[in-house]
Amino acid sequence: MAHDDTLIGAGFSDPVFQSQGAFRALLAALSEPGLACDLGEAIAPPAGLEAATAVTLLTLADYETPIWLPAALRNGPAGAWLRFHCGAALVEDPARAAFAVVDGAMTEPKLAGFNAGDDQFPDRSTTVLVQCAGLAGGETVTLEGPGIAGRRSIAPTGLRPGFWAEVEGNAALYPLGVDLLLVHGAQVLGLPRSTQIVEAR
Amino acid sequence: MTVHQSISDETRPAYNYAYLDEQTKRMIRRALLKAVAIPGYQVPFGSREMPLARGWGTGGIQVTAAIMGPDDTLKVIDQGADDTTNAVSIRRFFERTADARTTEATDEATIIQTRHRIPEAPLKAGQIMVYQVPQPEPLRKLEPHEAETRKMHAWAEYGLMQVKLYENIARFGEVTTTYDYPVMVNGRYVMAPSPIPKFDNPKMQMSPALQLFGAGREKRIYAVPPHTSVRSLDFDDHPFRIQSWEQPCALCGAADSYLDEVVIDDQGGRMFVCSDSHHCETRRADGHRGAMLADASALHLVEDEAKP
Amino acid sequence: MYVAVKGGEAAILATHDLVAEARRGDESVPELGVAQIREQMGLACGRVMNEGSLYDPDLAALALKQAQGDAIEAAFLMRAYRTTLPRFGSSEPLDTAKMAIRRRVSATYKDLPGGQVLGPTYDYTHRLFDFALMDEAAPAESPARPAAQPLDTSMPRVPDILGAEGLMEEEAPPAGDPRPFDLTREPVTFPADRDVRLQAMARGDEGFMLGLGYSVQRGYGNSHPFVGEVRVGEVAVEYVPEELGFAVDLGDITLTECQMVNQFAGSKEVPPQFTRGYGLSFGHSERKAMSMSLVDRALKAREFGEATTYPAQQDEFVLYHSDNVEAAGFVEHLKLPHYVDFQGELELIRRIRKEREQRLAKQQEALPEAAE
Repeated sequence: MAHDDTLIGAGFSDPVFQSQGAFRALLAALSEPGLACDLGEAIAPPAGLEAATAVTLLTLADYETPIWLPAALRNGPAGAWLRFHCGAALVEDPARAAFAVVDGAMTEPKLAGFNAGDDQFPDRSTTVLVQCAGLAGGETVTLEGPGIAGRRSIAPTGLRPGFWAEVEGNAALYPLGVDLLLVHGAQVLGLPRSTQIVEAR
Repeated sequence: MTVHQSISDETRPAYNYAYLDEQTKRMIRRALLKAVAIPGYQVPFGSREMPLARGWGTGGIQVTAAIMGPDDTLKVIDQGADDTTNAVSIRRFFERTADARTTEATDEATIIQTRHRIPEAPLKAGQIMVYQVPQPEPLRKLEPHEAETRKMHAWAEYGLMQVKLYENIARFGEVTTTYDYPVMVNGRYVMAPSPIPKFDNPKMQMSPALQLFGAGREKRIYAVPPHTSVRSLDFDDHPFRIQSWEQPCALCGAADSYLDEVVIDDQGGRMFVCSDSHHCETRRADGHRGAMLADASALHLVEDEAKP
Repeated sequence: MYVAVKGGEAAILATHDLVAEARRGDESVPELGVAQIREQMGLACGRVMNEGSLYDPDLAALALKQAQGDAIEAAFLMRAYRTTLPRFGSSEPLDTAKMAIRRRVSATYKDLPGGQVLGPTYDYTHRLFDFALMDEAAPAESPARPAAQPLDTSMPRVPDILGAEGLMEEEAPPAGDPRPFDLTREPVTFPADRDVRLQAMARGDEGFMLGLGYSVQRGYGNSHPFVGEVRVGEVAVEYVPEELGFAVDLGDITLTECQMVNQFAGSKEVPPQFTRGYGLSFGHSERKAMSMSLVDRALKAREFGEATTYPAQQDEFVLYHSDNVEAAGFVEHLKLPHYVDFQGELELIRRIRKEREQRLAKQQEALPEAAE
């Protein structure tokens, strides 16, 4: 079947239980940073969104959570899909976003452009979904911090040069900072602000 | 105005799975993820009116309702026991609204909702503890204004707490807080561990389980991810120490569990028994016998599993 | 004994049966109908609707029946039901200037357009028992007679009269006229804005609001209030469905509104003017609306640059403690078992006492005999 941009694809067929299952995977991902978690193949995502991105936003976003997307996605089927299924506002200003979707290989926007929360309400920060080429096979990055017994190594691929320096800069803001979800296919890997980058090679 | 046809309408409206509507669950789930990302920090959330009274576990219930699914096995304890009245009431709530599979066995549970205790059996990776929290703010007794305590957390300004603990030591020779003993989480936030006895505090340190805290009336959610530093506040010259008893459990003989005191007559007679009822039963089933087990069994007060 | 908690489930189920029996009382006395409560206990229903945050006289009556007349328990039932209701949207703002008046009194003017309308009030009854009410055969006809003249159709609100003269503090919606905050959906932060404060007080406990309002009058707060107006009557509720785009009348609700005129404040920039305290409640509930309007004015202290020394002037104090469902839950939770924590306290106090005795004994031994 030819891809038709004008049609909005389906969301969850069983919202109560599919979102519950997806949430538990996301909870595990952020509780144990660096551990790749499977969000399942419940839906066919719109063009431009990884399946894990689409499932995450279906699970967590609604009219209370503005979403930032790259302009090309915002004005395309992904934007229409999110507006329809989540009822979420799509914002142009990264600092206003509760959730953001970025392409890991693109040089902009920088992580620092999103909302890092404020010192009395550090929870009011953006959760950034970083779509990348793969969650394994890349250069090794060693992590430390809450949720990690000792150290854990990850090796995602398709991230822009300087990305890990930005993540280190974000962790240095702790307890402020954005929380990252690296996504590829149906998988998600959490990098909350509390995670320290010990070594990136 | 509510739009309803008639009170005696035959078609009863059905409640959503686990009572909460999906929008509410999303809101709580978002709060939980932020809580996990900032260990020990209290995330404000839009706590809902629940059909159980405020102060009776509505925070824990909302957290459990937002996380649980058909694959979960739920254990609910109050004072360490599965059959205390409010634990029974909360377990029934989830059996009714979420068709929950429930257990009394700590190691079979994927979610353990608790009031005032952490089970004696070590928690495992993959398990989630859900604590019911009456007062999430560890500084509240020192500073009643939320606007002020929020600033104190923002600036990690915990001198007031240190002073209070030290005044305790000056007056009584030790810190006299016996439960809800404040902890420092991930070296940043001072956190109320909920009114668990300080005996249980060390179990939080680097626990492999995920620990979630819900305060319904005060509308706060917070969390401690697995393998996270949870240090009980103390001083070099007055290190933190936990309760101990001079005698073991009268029923199972355990010498390392938290004991409840039971008054057995009006002559000052008392026995000490495990507060964790499942732990005690498991030990008795394994053949451990305490000094008063035979007496208690003869009075049909407990099952003596060792008997033929 | 240890196993006193065993069999908790059976005990809980038994309490349900016992409460049903206690609620019904003596079965030789006829069962009370919900419609009877709604019609003959209207003020109690009003209180339950206010504190339950739900306008539904039938459900309020049912709640009172189920709760044996316990207002807080009834409000709790209303709220637990309310939280499960789907939301279609928000009504248009109510226009109390267009209220169909049942009662309207002003203490600030002897007479005013529309006049003083006493309506149904206990104010001038002598509190003497009407023993005739012991007799269930009520008088067949209402003794009330229609007035010789119909009420004026126009009843301007007193603060509007003062406002026309520029003497009343102006109250404009915040910039952009945002949708009011809803504390049943979002967490409150402090300092709280007025929409949050008014919502909290509207659902707050009548007794608590009364006590706070009274404290302001007695000197715990700088207040010189005059009842600009109290009005009771019916107001139309309108709703604009998205698909229609025009307002649809959903029906009338009974409201009580109090606007309290307070002595002026002013500064270099603002000329002296009267300030307003506002109270609005469901049903006929003057005590609640008046108390609320006193506390509303007291809570404006910060905005007017006044001291906030007293409880009624502190938003955190008022908002956190006026919710009687929350307060009742937390006070009553002390009934739950706390023996684990109490055991910790027992262990501590015994040990500290023992250590103290040992210390004293040691001192006694060390004391030289000769010292006597």
